[in-house]
Amino acid sequence: MARAEGRIAERFRMLGAKGEAALIPFLTAGDPDLDTTEALVLAMAGAGADLIELGIPFSDPTAEGPTIQRSSARALARGTHLRSILRLVERVRSRVEQPIILMGYANPVHAMGAEAFAKAAREVGVDGVIIPDLTPEDGAPYLDPCRARGIDPILLAAPTTPRERLEMLVRETRGFLYYVSLQGVTGARASVGRGIEERVRLAQSLGDVPVCVGFGVATPEHAREIGAYADGVVVGSAIVDTIESAMRDVSKDSSARARAVDEVGRFVEALKKPLRR
Amino acid sequence: MKSEPDDRGMFGDFGGRFVPEMLIAALDELVERSARILADPAYRAELDGLLANYAGRPTPLTFAERSSERCGGARIYLKREDLAHTGAHKINNVLGQALLARYMGKKRIIAETGAGQHGVASATAAALLGLECEVYMGAEDMRRQALNVFRMELLGARCIAVESGSRTLKDAINEAMRDWVTNVETTYYCIGSVMGPHPYPTMVRDFQRVIGIEAREQILEVEGRLPDALVACVGGGSNAIGLFHPFIGDESVRLIGVEPGGEGIASGRHGATITTGVPGIFHGKRTLVLSDDDGQIFPAHSISAGLDYPGVGPEHAWLHEVGRAEYVVATDDEALEAFQLLSRSEGIIPALESAHAIAHALKIAPTMSRDAILLVNLSGRGDKDVDEVRKILASRRKEPS
Ligand SMILES: Cc1ncc(COP(=O)(O)O)c(C=O)c1O
Repeated sequence: MARAEGRIAERFRMLGAKGEAALIPFLTAGDPDLDTTEALVLAMAGAGADLIELGIPFSDPTAEGPTIQRSSARALARGTHLRSILRLVERVRSRVEQPIILMGYANPVHAMGAEAFAKAAREVGVDGVIIPDLTPEDGAPYLDPCRARGIDPILLAAPTTPRERLEMLVRETRGFLYYVSLQGVTGARASVGRGIEERVRLAQSLGDVPVCVGFGVATPEHAREIGAYADGVVVGSAIVDTIESAMRDVSKDSSARARAVDEVGRFVEALKKPLRR
Repeated sequence: MKSEPDDRGMFGDFGGRFVPEMLIAALDELVERSARILADPAYRAELDGLLANYAGRPTPLTFAERSSERCGGARIYLKREDLAHTGAHKINNVLGQALLARYMGKKRIIAETGAGQHGVASATAAALLGLECEVYMGAEDMRRQALNVFRMELLGARCIAVESGSRTLKDAINEAMRDWVTNVETTYYCIGSVMGPHPYPTMVRDFQRVIGIEAREQILEVEGRLPDALVACVGGGSNAIGLFHPFIGDESVRLIGVEPGGEGIASGRHGATITTGVPGIFHGKRTLVLSDDDGQIFPAHSISAGLDYPGVGPEHAWLHEVGRAEYVVATDDEALEAFQLLSRSEGIIPALESAHAIAHALKIAPTMSRDAILLVNLSGRGDKDVDEVRKILASRRKEPS
């Protein structure tokens, strides 16, 4: 069943041929609602996103800072759940060529059932999953069914990860390795974590898998800086912030949604610009 | 029978480590260093000294004569954790962990707290050992437990209001985990119950085993035999596992955990995680949780803030699965009743948490023979609850029933 080359690997191969780093925007599905998420995905795809990361909201997101916590709470208040997010992926799948990655905590996957989740995710065309509270050791019962169906379980590495463990993570991850730029939670920061370049280069030297950097990345300037050495850049909170502030003044108003879509599109374009070759 | 986790911290299907990669190195360090430090005779001697000369251990085992008489059945004994310094069993764990933190060279400890008992105990140990201490507490809980907030401040700790989620214990744990991820190099996370990722549930249990070790010796001394049943309340499950664990191999001894039934199971407003929960992944471990079909955790409810937790220690989930321990429920009303009964008949005002265990003991004692022995963990004293109970009783007197 497994594809010879997944959509994610194919995308990195294409970018690699140009010497270009990937832009991977993140947003929480269902914030402010799933219809807007659909419009946002299409806008990001049109504006230069190379892969798209959709967050599954969770009641207790322990690795998230205030921005994504709030966004997760808003999405849950709207009644967003894993099944409705999978249906959203199904709706947009034929309209975006970019790989789609789901990012979410383990319990919603556990509640659905690891096999049922992998099967449903595969059917709607999900290409990868990031489940931050699963490591390769304890997470195997959840990650293996995904891998068996050709969905890439993307693993995290941290600034505190020792070399030996990094070797294992490089070996075990699929699609790419997600290098967390700093010890901390998600959230836009004024500057990129120190020492991250060295760690990324080490991870790259340990295998063939692309290494992308996320957490705290907030501006085109950060993207340029990281894109100079990493294979990709993940931008989350800064995008969620953009949506939040566009919605703030005139929530309920459909023009606010249109403005959020418009502003995110422009922001993604600005983030991608310094990465283009 | 034995109850020990495998080297990944799994009790059967429960436990383990379900945390972001950013914490793995710190947990590995904790496993490795705690194994060495806890086996170090110098550490052991220092902790034993603190438990004896500072916390006031061993705590007595009291025969509840008048309550036993009135029940007309089993002889009821109370393990008096209410007499330990700071008024609850929490100090046993906190002294162990805070001393470990100091041996590990950490200068700052953080803790979460619900009712404030673990927060007060942590602040106390930090003051004693010269550590900086910050305590995360749900904003809602801070309002309800203003006195404990002030206690922590008196002890030199800082209490940080958590405004996210349901603004209660589970959110305080989320926020403490976020702090720990960020400050892992300098900070020790002092978890208050048998929760969190491996090695915490086993380590906290081992610090609380002193309850059961003492109780076993004490009951053998006064009665010349083991009890027929042990009864303890279960929030996260630390006082219960601390009492149960040294008796797990004694198959004649029934182990009974009492969960908070809140306003009744049918109301949906309760914290009966083992009785009604489903397997799930929450706060770093796989265990039984209160979770909806979509895997979202929903807040627990109990009259006692210390039992108000939508998960449970993984070892309890396992003991339940293999049938070695039984788990039952006592409601808010039953706990309130037991709170008053014990006060009047024994001159002991129990914590509302402990009142759940008392309620169940008073329920089953009459069904047991006169030479049966029930040993109940009186996990804490009720001073912290007096004001809350006063308000509840006053409001009920106004309502015609
Ligand atoms: C007196 C007392 N008993 C019991 C508990 C519940 O915790 P655990 O189940 O970990 O013993 C608490 C928690 O705050 C407490 O203060």
